[in-house]
Amino acid sequence: MDWQALNVSLLLAGLTALILTPLGVVIARKLAWSRFAGRNVVQALIALPLILPPTVLGFYLMVSLGELSPLGAFYRDLTGNALVFSFEGILLASVLFNIPFAVQPAQRSFEAIPINIREAAWCSGLSNWQTFWRIELPLAWPGVVSSAVLTVAHTLGEFGVVLMVGGNLAGETRTVAIAIYDRVQAFDNAGAATMSAALLAISLFAISLIYFLTDRAGRQSR
Amino acid sequence: MMTDTDAISVRLQQPGPIPLDVSLSCNTGEILVILGPSGSGKTTILRSISGLYTPASGAIRCHGEQWLDRANGVNLPVQRRRIGMVFQQYALFPHRTALQNIMLALHDGPRRRQRDTAQNLLRAMHMEGLEERYPQQLSGGQQQRVALARALARDPSALLLDEPFSAVDQQTRRKLVRELVSLKQHFKLPIIHVTHDLNEARRIADQLCIIHHGKTLQSAAPEQVMNHPDSAAIASLIGHYNIFRARVAGHDQHAQTTRIEWGSLPLNARYRPEFAPGATADWVIPADSIILHRRDRPSQGERENPVPGRIEELLPLGEHAALTMKTAQGESLYLNIPTHVARRNQLSKGNDISVSLLAERIHLMKTSADK
Repeated sequence: MDWQALNVSLLLAGLTALILTPLGVVIARKLAWSRFAGRNVVQALIALPLILPPTVLGFYLMVSLGELSPLGAFYRDLTGNALVFSFEGILLASVLFNIPFAVQPAQRSFEAIPINIREAAWCSGLSNWQTFWRIELPLAWPGVVSSAVLTVAHTLGEFGVVLMVGGNLAGETRTVAIAIYDRVQAFDNAGAATMSAALLAISLFAISLIYFLTDRAGRQSR
Repeated sequence: MMTDTDAISVRLQQPGPIPLDVSLSCNTGEILVILGPSGSGKTTILRSISGLYTPASGAIRCHGEQWLDRANGVNLPVQRRRIGMVFQQYALFPHRTALQNIMLALHDGPRRRQRDTAQNLLRAMHMEGLEERYPQQLSGGQQQRVALARALARDPSALLLDEPFSAVDQQTRRKLVRELVSLKQHFKLPIIHVTHDLNEARRIADQLCIIHHGKTLQSAAPEQVMNHPDSAAIASLIGHYNIFRARVAGHDQHAQTTRIEWGSLPLNARYRPEFAPGATADWVIPADSIILHRRDRPSQGERENPVPGRIEELLPLGEHAALTMKTAQGESLYLNIPTHVARRNQLSKGNDISVSLLAERIHLMKTSADK
């Protein structure tokens, strides 16, 4: 077991979920209840990473984050470090790549809240902010938790984008998924098997948790 | 129509997308029922009063406070209009218990006192012992009571009810109607109630407001609207079938009658000297004011507006039978007779009969062209 890689993976997954979950809630809520021009374009862009080959996204990210790009140059001027082949680089890539997972389950949950429940809250004197915290979020939380769990699970398993943007630097950009590939290349099947089993267990747990929450939410609303 | 003594006065106008031309007012301790068919804009009126919808122009004033005045840019948000609103499907918070649903609408004072207030409200709604139940564990009638308690929790300036009895069975509905009327006596506030159910409206209304295509057609006491509708359109909306057109022939002040000509048939109607002789007028008579003549025993009453005709249809509907009579001039009169009377007189389709139209109940209305 490559503990250093597991450490990178968990840190990457945790930070991605931490950044994306609140952002996902804001976007999901907006998409669920607002009808604005270009809404479908936004939804398509959000869903794009689901069907785009990871290497394609990884390639564009590598080009746009590289030191020759304005963003890469700006980051280098700011921090003195390069964005590609760094942990910050794969974190940014991971955030972008996970947007559909962070938005879609939460969006379904917000869409399931009838408009008159929110109106009843306003008529009861609750401000928009109070309505969000006391009515909307508790009702949508199974979807929000699903979003967070999916983001974590998906980040742990991501390979292509991370490899394209971050390469394979031990302790910096080498995640478990990349370490497995690395072990197989080195004919260390036993090492690859241990880490594969660990990822399998984590993924199975995450998916089971989502089904459990969805089922419970379904029973509550009946 | 609007006066300063009204607890709440509402004037709403907009050409579309939902046309509105509304003027209504309601006093403290009074139930104003807005009656109209589905899609007539009733719910939009309530939503405008609560602040959930903003009409293009209009003004709403409640207990001296201006809630809306589009001309002067006043438009208080929902939260600042102290209204209690009961939604058609109750809209209880599904993740909160009955007690918590009410406590969410209480904002002042310590939690302990909020809990006591909520408990008192539930008790007033006969809901003791159900405080910890979740909405999905309550029957329709119980959910309705929680919704009402929640609406009253804010100590509102006005109570708005959007077809609150539409989702419960007949028996529960009767019970809730009684409770609402007794509620009116306890909580001194104006109550605006929206429904499309005429019987419900007649039972609870102190004032009845008829709405059609977003327009206030008539607003008055229920008996006034029922017996003396302003127009044929209103008469039709409140369930009258016998609506016809006639020419005003003259007035007899001594007998307190107005003579009209219904086609070639002369009739006496309730005295309405404001209708000029020669003018065209619509008239209506309630089905229960058309009296069937007995074939076997003629009586004095038969001299009052006698109309001969033929039975076109006779439908027994429980205790009463709905009878449609075709007159010689081809008009259809609708009347209700007890089923046993129909049986005893051996009435059936095609029989020749005659009826009397009670003159005092013939109500003349200005034709829409005159307005």
